[in-house]
This record gives sequence, structure tokens and C-alpha cells, in this order.
Amino acid sequence: MFASATASSNPLVGIQPAAIPVDEPYLLEIVNVSKGFPGVVALSNVQLRVRPGSVLALMGENGAGKSTLMKIIAGIYQPDAGELRLRGKPVVFDTPLAALQSGIAMIHQELNLMPHMSVAENIWIGREQLNGFHMIDHREMHRCTAKLLERLRIDLDPEEHVGNLSIAERQMVEIAKAVSYDSDILIMDEPTSAITDKEVAHLFSIIADLKSQGKGIIYITHKMNEVFAIADEVAVFRDGAYIGLQRADSMDGDSLISMMVGRELSQLFPVREKPIGDLLLSVRDLRLNGIFKGVSFDLHAGEILGIAGLMGSGRTNVAEALFGITPSDGGEIRLDGQPVRISDPHLAIEKGFALLTEDRKLSGLFPCLSVMENMEMAVLPHYVSGNGFIQQKALRALCEDMCKKLRVKTPSLEQCIDTLSGGNQQKALLARWLMTNPRILILDEPTRGIDVGAKAEIYRLIAYLASEGMAVIMISSELPEVLGMSDRVMVMHEGDLMGTLDRGEATQERVMQLASGMTAVH
Amino acid sequence: MNVILENKPATVPVKSRRRLPTELSIFLVLIGIGLVFELFGWIVRDQSFLMNSQRLVLMILQVSIIGLLAIGVTQVIITTGIDLSSGSVLALSAMIAASLAQTSDFARAVFPSLTDLPVWIPVIVGLGVGLLAGAINGSIIALTGIPPFIATLGMMVSARGLARYYTEGQPVSMLSDSYTAIGHGAMPVIIFLVVALIFHIALRYTKYGKYTYAIGGNMQAARTSGINVKRHLVIVYSIAGLLSGLAGVVASARAATGQAGMGMSYELDAIAAAVIGGTSLAGGVGRITGTVIGALILGVMASGFTFVGVDAYIQDIIKGLIIVVAVVIDQYRNKRKLKR
Repeated sequence: MFASATASSNPLVGIQPAAIPVDEPYLLEIVNVSKGFPGVVALSNVQLRVRPGSVLALMGENGAGKSTLMKIIAGIYQPDAGELRLRGKPVVFDTPLAALQSGIAMIHQELNLMPHMSVAENIWIGREQLNGFHMIDHREMHRCTAKLLERLRIDLDPEEHVGNLSIAERQMVEIAKAVSYDSDILIMDEPTSAITDKEVAHLFSIIADLKSQGKGIIYITHKMNEVFAIADEVAVFRDGAYIGLQRADSMDGDSLISMMVGRELSQLFPVREKPIGDLLLSVRDLRLNGIFKGVSFDLHAGEILGIAGLMGSGRTNVAEALFGITPSDGGEIRLDGQPVRISDPHLAIEKGFALLTEDRKLSGLFPCLSVMENMEMAVLPHYVSGNGFIQQKALRALCEDMCKKLRVKTPSLEQCIDTLSGGNQQKALLARWLMTNPRILILDEPTRGIDVGAKAEIYRLIAYLASEGMAVIMISSELPEVLGMSDRVMVMHEGDLMGTLDRGEATQERVMQLASGMTAVH
Repeated sequence: MNVILENKPATVPVKSRRRLPTELSIFLVLIGIGLVFELFGWIVRDQSFLMNSQRLVLMILQVSIIGLLAIGVTQVIITTGIDLSSGSVLALSAMIAASLAQTSDFARAVFPSLTDLPVWIPVIVGLGVGLLAGAINGSIIALTGIPPFIATLGMMVSARGLARYYTEGQPVSMLSDSYTAIGHGAMPVIIFLVVALIFHIALRYTKYGKYTYAIGGNMQAARTSGINVKRHLVIVYSIAGLLSGLAGVVASARAATGQAGMGMSYELDAIAAAVIGGTSLAGGVGRITGTVIGALILGVMASGFTFVGVDAYIQDIIKGLIIVVAVVIDQYRNKRKLKR
């Protein structure tokens, strides 16, 4: 986002005294903000307040609405309702640029740097130092960069190409860039997800400096220990709602976790008898170099195996390795006791695997095609008659049947799938896979971005399929979902299998501990 | 509106009003352009533009060659690709096919020992050259992952060079009567329409077609759905090459000569025909019927401008404008469709 943004004309990095009136204790206030996307409510009526000279940690599970809120503050999204107040005055940020000019800078989760440009060019992009001829003054730019990096004690050459830097170094450049805007409010969205302990310590010292300058910092993280190391206050979000705010020194890990996950397991999850059948799939020491290793599990017919873990823990990669999208580098997969080698999805489909992918838009939907075409794609080879034509009638009957069974709400099978709600799109994609009659159904975030009603229907379906003898692997960031549905839960953390918990011993707290790498059971 | 859909009861009627096909609007544009020239015809030349069968036949004949290329490039564009090599491949296969279709009456034949061959030999070889060029395009794109623009740009330059090198730039003439018969009378039009029909059906009713749209719609989802994306891309580019080869045979038969300069910049006209016909460069969208109409629009414009007496240079200026405007309108329409 910064890449296209231009800040004030003054590029100099200076330390300005934070002029905060005594009667206005908050730098930024968010009042009753709501935001919806088609089919989901991302934020409902949330509030947040940032004090000058303090670090506010923002916590919550994936999908709790933290990132959405930060994008609203940074002007990337517009709220549907509610108000932002900057030093007590209501503001509206139409663009990221407007937020930036009002003194709000954001370090994004994703790295936004241009690899073919130098560190200096990346930091000052859009507000380059110019000389008398209105040409870029590279010498001045490098001088400013050197000064900035020195102040932040970052040991990098301003002329180095960003493409040559390590991921951790790039993250430090991002941080330097955000600081260079000299903003009053700095939003850090999981800034430590890609850096080592040494850089984390460095970052924390930078944060301490910024704090002493009176800046307000919003710090999003999943890591418990970081919160207690730097945060003054902790705000917790859950399911798009603001749960509460507490002083960090008044909390401990357990009370924070229960605040984050503390919802009732409602009737969302159908009760299942547990007629677990024969061993179907047996995976031993599966690994993908640099991504995950040592993944072993057994899967029986009629069983639901949950995989929990934070984003980037390797959960999705395990699913993609099983399905042949990125074949594993080692380990053994046995199907019905026979070792199998799956190097491509079409082989996986032949062997009875099905994978509902994590990102519906990226790797699931054919956006411009009809509902029927979206549903039929995986079974097409089985519906070609001798003369090469597709057996339209048989396919249509099958699709209509599936729509009925899965309650896909669509005006017609010819409807372009784009126009359906997220829940119905997801059900149509699930139908695509059920039409292949899979024996092992892998579901990666099956309920992401769909509303509660559709979620309940999908849970019901999954339970039904398992009771019919299908083996299900369900990956999810939503703990209640994993716990509510699974017979066993496998927890991953940064590419390692931390442990497998039986239904009885799998509590939210226990899974959270494993997923955040605090302890491991083997 | 998604939310509203969600709240509807599960018993939504299965049948719904079918949208007007996009082809219809393009067809109306074609009619409109024709009528404009008709009007100008009466004003400027005091004669009818449309009621002249000779002119119409000539126009459709001219459209046929570009049309063959456009049918191939439409399928390539549906997969989010592009084929810049069709004009050059046309020239190459025209040269090679013509060199095998010469009569023994001609003293300076390219292959003096290979004259008076049965007509199927030059035809098969011409098609084969196109198929091979397309297969090379597709293989390079599928195996190396380089952008189709670059791969086919390379083929465009190399194939043209090879066509020139083949006879050191000399035209290949004195072709047998049985060969030139392929380009006689309405034959090119018949070939064009038959090919259009074949691929219209293939795209709509076969696995080949469904996979082509799927790959263009979402390549990653296509792979996850078990489609062998690389193999399919090779097939699509090979078909585009085959059609360029066919266009080369038809063009050389019609002109009764093979020349290395044939089909110059035809690839751009073919792409324009596809795009005017509603094929989206973003992939996943496009139909042969639209492309045929798009090619006809280009033909009507060329013929109409000449008829009205517009300077050839100005014709190009207007043609360029119309291509851009067509795509702008198309995009606007798509956006509105999504908002609806």
C-alpha cells in the first residue's frame, strides 16, 4: 500500500515532540465501527482507543476482524458504519494516502517491497528527494536513508537491492519505511512472523524508542510472549466483535487465551456417533523441505481428523502434499496398506482423494463459469461418451441432485457462480468433490468467509459424510470448529507436528498452547 | 445482493430467464455498421453498399483467412494466452505447401523432382508445418513457463525468417490446378465456416472446450480439479498453429502463389476480431460465434471504407479506434454485470 502512497513534501526524518493536549488522552478512537463483505459481517460495532506513548496489542483468532479493522484505520477499506476520531476530531480516510498524511502508517503482514529497487528507493518511493532540476537526488536520498537506518540501528547498505536481502532484513526495511513517515500512529500487523529472535529484540527496542517519543503503536500478533514483553494494553477481538481491553500486566497467558477463545460450543456442531472403520490412510514422516517435516498420522474410514495451527504452520502444505499439488520430498503415504506416490492432483483424484482448497477465489472457483461448469469439472473425464461429446443430460441430473442434497441456492445451474453468496459457492465446490465419490475428503478452511447459517449446514454435511464412511481431514483456523467436529486434532507449529490430541483431551487452551509453540507433546 | 440470495427459501425456481447472448449485441453492431455504410453509399456514391453480392462475396472471402486465424487465437486467448505468430506461421506453411504443389511445366520449381504431386501432399505438409509451429509454441509455454507473448513473439519472428530463407525471398508460383482449387470461388468461405462450426461445437460440448474455459478461468483451480493443464495448453496452441497452417494453404491456393510476405500483421487482425467478438484477454470468456462476427465487422469496415472512398491511412486510424472502443465497452458491460 505504501508503494503508491506519497507522504508530505518534507522527507526529513526528525523527532518531533508529541504535542498532545492534556484534556485529550487518546490519539485515535474508533467508535462503533462495522464493516461487512458480501455474505459476511467482518466487524460489528467495534471500538478501540490508542493512547500516545503506549503499545496496544491486538489479539484474536484468524478471522476475528483484526486485519479488517487495521485496514479501515489505514484507509484501505471504508467502514459501513461508525466513526474514526483522530485526536478527538472525526476523520474519514478515503485512501491509504489520506491516512498516511494524517499520521497513520502501517507495516503490512505481506511484504510490499520492490525487489529490483534499492533499500533507499523503496523507503522513499513516491516522495523522492529532488534536486534543483526536479530530478531524483540520489545522494540526498542515500544520506537520508543512512541517517534513518542509523537511528534505528539497522545495519544495511542503502544502495543494496532489496531482492538480495533476507526476508528478515526486508522486514526491517519495511519497519524503517513505516518509521520514516514519522507518523503518530504506527500499525504493525504481525511484524515478527518472518524474523528471528535477534531481530525481534531489535524491533522491540525500536518500539520502545517510538513509545518514548509519544507515538501510539497498534501491535497485532499471535504470539503470547510478545504481548507480555511490549504491550501496555491488550485488546481482544473475536468473530468480528470487540471483546474487551485490559492492562497487559494484569493478565497472564491463560486468562488471555480464554478471553480470545472463550465462546460456548453451541449447537453448531452435530453430535456424531463414532463408528470408526478400517485404517485407510497412513502417513509417516512426510516432509516438504523448508516447509514442514515429521508429519505422521493414521486416518480411518468414518473419522474426522482436524489439523489446527496458525497460518504459516504448514497445515495447508500438508494437504497440498497429500493431494499432489506440491509433492512431498520424503516420507511415506500408504493407502489401504499400499505405498502410493501422488505427484499430481489427477492421480490423487483417481485414488479417491478430494481437496477443497483453502482459498476459494485463488484455487477453487472458476469465476466466469456457470454453477454447473464449476461443479462438473473434476468428474468430466467420466462423462465423455464414445463420440467425444460430454453427456450433458447425465451430468445435469447429477448436478441437480447435488444441488438439492447440499441445498445450493442458485436460480439455475447456468447462473454465473460469481453471483452466489460465499456459502453457496463453497457448497457448490464441495459438490464438485463429492461428485467424484472420494474416500478421503480433505477440507482446508471449509467455512472461511461464510456466514453462520451456511457454516452449520456445512458442518452437518461433513458429519453426514463421515457417518457414511468417508474419511475426512479438516484444516481450520477456527478452534471451536476443529474441536467441535474432529475425532482427533493434530496441531502444527512452524512446520512441526506438535502433537495429536484425542477428542477428550483437546481443549481450546491445550490446542492454543501447542499451536503457539509453547509446549509440545509427542 | 448476495445477502438477499442467501435469505431466499431453498425452493428457488430452477428455470430462470436466460440473458441475451453477448453475440447478439455484437451482431447488432455489425448490422449497424453495415447500415451506416449503406446510408453513406447512397449519399456519396449513389448506390447500395449491401445490395451488391459481388462486393459481399469478396468481403467474406477476405474475412475467411483472418477468420481462420481468429478461431485459433480465440481459443488461445480463452486460456489467458496470446498467439502473435499466426500471421508468420501462415506465411511459412504457405511457402512450404506451395513449393510442393508446383507443376512440372515450371522450369525453376523449388524441388524440380517433387512436381505434380497429388494435392493431398502439399495440404498435409502445410497443415503439419502449422501444427508443428503451434506445438512448439505450446511446449515452450507449458514447459518453461515463459509468457505466451514472448514465446509466440519469438515464433513470429523466426517463422517469418524461415519463410524468407526457404526460397531466399523468391515467390513460389505455377501451382497445380487441383491445389489452387482449394482457394477457388467460395471454397475459402466454406472452409472457414466449417472450421468455425467444428470449434464452436468443440468449445461448448466437449471436454476439450470445458477444460479450455476452466484453465482460462482459474489455472490453479483447473490443476486442483485434476486437469493436466500443461498438456492441454500444448493442445490449444497446436490447434491454433494447425489453423494458421490451414490459412496458409488456403491463402496460397487462392493467390496461386506462396510468398514470404503473406499474412503480414494478420495476427493482430485476428486478435482484434476475437476481442471485438467479446473474447476477454483476461481469459475464461469468449465464443467462436462472437469471433466470426468480430471478423465480419473488420471485413465490413475495410470494404465499406474503400467503398465510401476513405483514405487507406485514415481507415487504419479508425480501425484502431474501434478496437479500443469495443474493448472499453465490453469491460464496462462486464463491470455492470458484476454489480447487478
